[in-house]
Amino acid sequence: MHKYGDVIVPIGPQHPALKEPESFLITLRGEKITASSVRLGYNHRGIEKACEERTYTQGVYLIERVCGICSHSHSTAFVQAVEEIAGVEIPARAKYIRTLIAELERIHSHLLWLGVAGHEIGFDTLLMYTWRDREVVMDLLAKLTGNRVNYGINTIGGVRRDVSVKQKEEVLKAIDTLEKQTKYYIDLATKETTLLKRLQGVGVLSHEDAISLGAVGPTGRASGIARDTRKDDPYAAYGELDFKVISVDNCDVYGRTLVRLGELIESFSLVRQVIAKIPDGPITVRVPRKIPAGEVLSRYEAPRGEDVHYVRSNGTEKPDRVKVRAPTLANVQSVSKMLEDRYLADMPIVIAAIDPCFSCTDRLIALRDTQTKKSNTVIWETIRLKGIEWYKQQGVDFTALNKKLSKKLHL
Amino acid sequence: MKRPGKIAKLLIKTFFKKPITGNYPADGSGMPEGFRGKLKFNPSACIGCKMCMRDCPSGAIEIRKTGEKQFEAEVNLARCIYCGQCVDSCLKKALEITADFELAKLDPAQLKVILNAANKEQPKA
Repeated sequence: MHKYGDVIVPIGPQHPALKEPESFLITLRGEKITASSVRLGYNHRGIEKACEERTYTQGVYLIERVCGICSHSHSTAFVQAVEEIAGVEIPARAKYIRTLIAELERIHSHLLWLGVAGHEIGFDTLLMYTWRDREVVMDLLAKLTGNRVNYGINTIGGVRRDVSVKQKEEVLKAIDTLEKQTKYYIDLATKETTLLKRLQGVGVLSHEDAISLGAVGPTGRASGIARDTRKDDPYAAYGELDFKVISVDNCDVYGRTLVRLGELIESFSLVRQVIAKIPDGPITVRVPRKIPAGEVLSRYEAPRGEDVHYVRSNGTEKPDRVKVRAPTLANVQSVSKMLEDRYLADMPIVIAAIDPCFSCTDRLIALRDTQTKKSNTVIWETIRLKGIEWYKQQGVDFTALNKKLSKKLHL
Repeated sequence: MKRPGKIAKLLIKTFFKKPITGNYPADGSGMPEGFRGKLKFNPSACIGCKMCMRDCPSGAIEIRKTGEKQFEAEVNLARCIYCGQCVDSCLKKALEITADFELAKLDPAQLKVILNAANKEQPKA
């Protein structure tokens, strides 16, 4: 026990290192972290509920905006689910185009992460170089889809834009440039002592802990869990393509860097295969506006890990329920474990190493009483009545106004 | 061999290169062909089916009848998310997407534009 005892430091909701609001309660003994807890829920946008108010076509664009970086991941997962309920088989060419955009998105996401990781450890030269190279793939995505971030390539029943011969050549040319650069970064990561000393042995998550805490994506694969939805449950064109699942046993942030760099090389090979194999044919099939009743769970390997979407339909134009489980929600549990008995100075890079996306994760929060551990669920009607009651006490009565309004609405 | 300063070679090389960043807006926008920007409306093709209004995820477009087989489109540039779904939904190809993305205005009222029969864009009075 330290002579001054433990100190609890609240970090957030405005995080000093990451650009999203989330809160950490860190219990410190000297410079070491003894316990930590994560609190989410500062960025709840009600996307799932908003989906129920929109048609499936409109929902695609809303779901795409769940995440700014893996936007294609979310829209593909959603569209796949809707297509499965509708019983539609999309054309092979559409599947290949989806795969192409997915892999380009992975390249963009991993390069972005490498830059952020460099920034968190104070190696800003790496940030500048990776983000310069990332611009190559961003320009490519803008050329192929018409936008840099929210690509809008997916539609229910296929894709919206075709890939021309000229664009294929451009993709191959850009991939060559990026591969050369990535090979340089791999060389850098394995030889540069600044990186090695700063990343090795930081944020350790053992293989057993990774399994019990349900780590997904590069976080899990760096702890020796060779799981990848693209391989385990192939979607789009992944069943016909040849690639390796990168997994290492380093169990630390360095391992996570190696996994992401290895995946970049695999992505380049996948893009080349897609360009070589892409079949001719239509890119969309017609899907009725009304989707028959049913429910589907759709899985997708986003750059950050497995993304799960659940869609339930009731035979109308609008979904009955949409549930999004972003990969960060699966990985955020392991952060507390990674931080245990580590120095406070390691915290930014440890959190950044799971490549968190907190606004994607914030879906719903349940507030629990710390004493009784019970949560209190309030239904919408109770809140409404409570509001009316409160205003009545303040001397404002809406009864007459409400009657007028309901009369108008019924007419 | 593990040694510090592995990145130094690249540093020296790029020191003598031109900056990678462009000189915007002097050198143009650099947005590629097919970029999803501001909408273009062809009133003679519009039949007023309002499919674009129905499919718009943000309720940014409104088609109004101005006369016999005459329609105008009001687009709220602030609401529009530039997804281009209206262009896909249009049965008569009356809507088109342009690469124009420099749409910022100081006055919010000017963000509502009417694309009318004369194909002149007027800010809403």
